Amino acid sequence: MARTRVSMPAVSRVVAASFDAVEPRMPNWISSPRDFWTGLIYVLLGSGAFWIALDYPLGTVGRMGPGYFPRVLALILVGIGMMALIRAFVLDSGEVTHLAWKPLLMICGAIVLYGILVQTAGLVVALTVLLTLGAAASRYTRFDLKSIAGMVVLIAFCVLVFVKGLGLPIPTVGPWLQPLFMAVGIRV
Amino acid sequence: MEVLDGLALGLQTALSFNNLFYCLVGVFLGTAIGVLPGLGPAATIAMLLPATFALPPVSALIMLAGIFYGAQYGGSTTAILVNVPGETSSVVTALDGYQMARQGKAGRALATAAIASFFAGTVCTFLIALFAPPLTEVALKFGPPEYFSLMVLGLVASIVLASGSILHALGMIVIGLLLGCVGTDVNVGTQRFTFGYLELADGINFVVVAMGMFGIGEIISNLEHEGKRDLTIKKITGLFPTREDWKRLVPPMLRGTALGSVLGILPGGGAALASFGSYALEKKVSRYKSELGKGAIEGVAGPEAANNAGAQMSFIPMLTLGIPANPVMALMIGAMIIQGIQPGPGVIKEQPQLFWGVIASMWVGNIMLLILNLPLIGLWVRMISVPYHYLYPAILAFCSIGALSLSNAPFDLYLLALFGFLGYVFKKLDCEPAPLLLGFILGPMMEEYLRRALLLSKGDATVLVTRPISLTMLIMAAGLLLLVMLPAFSKTREVAFQEEAV
Repeated sequence: MARTRVSMPAVSRVVAASFDAVEPRMPNWISSPRDFWTGLIYVLLGSGAFWIALDYPLGTVGRMGPGYFPRVLALILVGIGMMALIRAFVLDSGEVTHLAWKPLLMICGAIVLYGILVQTAGLVVALTVLLTLGAAASRYTRFDLKSIAGMVVLIAFCVLVFVKGLGLPIPTVGPWLQPLFMAVGIRV
Repeated sequence: MEVLDGLALGLQTALSFNNLFYCLVGVFLGTAIGVLPGLGPAATIAMLLPATFALPPVSALIMLAGIFYGAQYGGSTTAILVNVPGETSSVVTALDGYQMARQGKAGRALATAAIASFFAGTVCTFLIALFAPPLTEVALKFGPPEYFSLMVLGLVASIVLASGSILHALGMIVIGLLLGCVGTDVNVGTQRFTFGYLELADGINFVVVAMGMFGIGEIISNLEHEGKRDLTIKKITGLFPTREDWKRLVPPMLRGTALGSVLGILPGGGAALASFGSYALEKKVSRYKSELGKGAIEGVAGPEAANNAGAQMSFIPMLTLGIPANPVMALMIGAMIIQGIQPGPGVIKEQPQLFWGVIASMWVGNIMLLILNLPLIGLWVRMISVPYHYLYPAILAFCSIGALSLSNAPFDLYLLALFGFLGYVFKKLDCEPAPLLLGFILGPMMEEYLRRALLLSKGDATVLVTRPISLTMLIMAAGLLLLVMLPAFSKTREVAFQEEAV
């Protein structure tokens, strides 16, 4: 079987291209891109958290409300982020390499799809999708007979051990597929 | 003779048929997964955690501890055979271990690692039994302000002794603390940072955070740098160290154990620092220092003893104070909380069986490692030679099923993907995931202690600095931070972590 290109070429190329535009050639007054991005993320996360925490009652020092601790933390995070941002113009830490978008999106996407499918289409389908998409993230994966046999064995192992053996409440075949099985007269 | 009574109770617990069985399963699974390149102890434990939730607390913790030693030892095996250290603390082992393997002495290097680990493990079991109870006594006198300051100290220490950028690590701690706020506020019941999702009302499950940051993030990162591994060693022969080897491995092993026990007891722990330190020490004092780096047995025996001693001593702050020194201990604390045990100095009084059982099982586990590993080396070698692209889909499958089993909610899988994403991106930016996890576990406790401290002092924040113990700990934390910011020290620290690693 030829190697299935399950990667989302269009999407990932667009995302990668948009990222290309921002990331690799930092303006040269930023001497430490690593600190720059970290600082930026910290400041954004911190101010976001602070803004959300404004909704929670602050209370007083002696009787802290639910908003107290998060707001203090958020401010500290913003402060640390600012320091990192300042450092970004002073220190020299070298370039940050590209994010590896392909494995990143494929692995995370595979897990999300598994989450969507596992209780609706059932464990077998969900694992098949997870393993196929997940395995396709490696440049060495070939979907040959050996890999497919391995996948079948792994799925059978999971069903036998986790569902039949340990009794986890995961449907082997989910409600989405049951009509299909009913139609051919197999009860699942 | 409280200690002896305790140890007797512990042995009785650890040697019960069930617990022996779970210890064996833990050690076996831990080694089996730990030898897989690219899977450190934290990822291994995160992946296997859900499997222990059904067990009684003592057995669960004994099994987790077993997984921990197993994974640690498995990591050394990989470091020696393929030069791929699973975690920072086995980086040093790879230096001389791999050289030994290339010279056809793989068997002796592995045996040396096993013997040194076993020796250090045995010594540390007794040290823990001796030191843990008195420390608990001290800790029982702590009030909320002391606890809060202790946690600040623990968090700061954990990053000073780790590698990587201090500023980034501080930020990761704070993000972890903020993540710990997610969920229902314990005092008033306000929903914080839940974005309207009911699934977040109980907070984020720590297994999901750990699995995502360590397991999934690591997979993505490995896929980025995926290359063909070459396993130079196909068959291992000559397992037993020669008489000459014995003569050479004992002194570094003793020195490594001593160094590891001292560094390991510090809050923040230092399995990694201990192994680097031991290597540096051997370079200075060993009679065979000129051979170090070229396959000297000292370079395996010393660091392996030190790293095992350091790792084991990190149980002391975990068992007595409820403070995790590293991500693995953070996971153990998380497991205790899930089992309904409040970690802290109360454990020794309320759960003596658990406390002493875990300590005794460390020794039992170390014996099992020794007995199990030497004959099973062939199996581990075969596991290492499985190519990564066959392995990681299986890891994905187990993580996904494990995450689902936590509360049977697909939502946990979306979080798992999110933390995997974050774990990879942060790693890229030189932000270590470990401080985030420590902050996440300690966050809720810290907030609670801070609130209580300030409630008792009627809003007087100086309570944190007017109580002597609390003040001392805060000064120590500030001192540590200042110290690492001093140019002279930070240079030494960088050298300590990097010089030998090159």
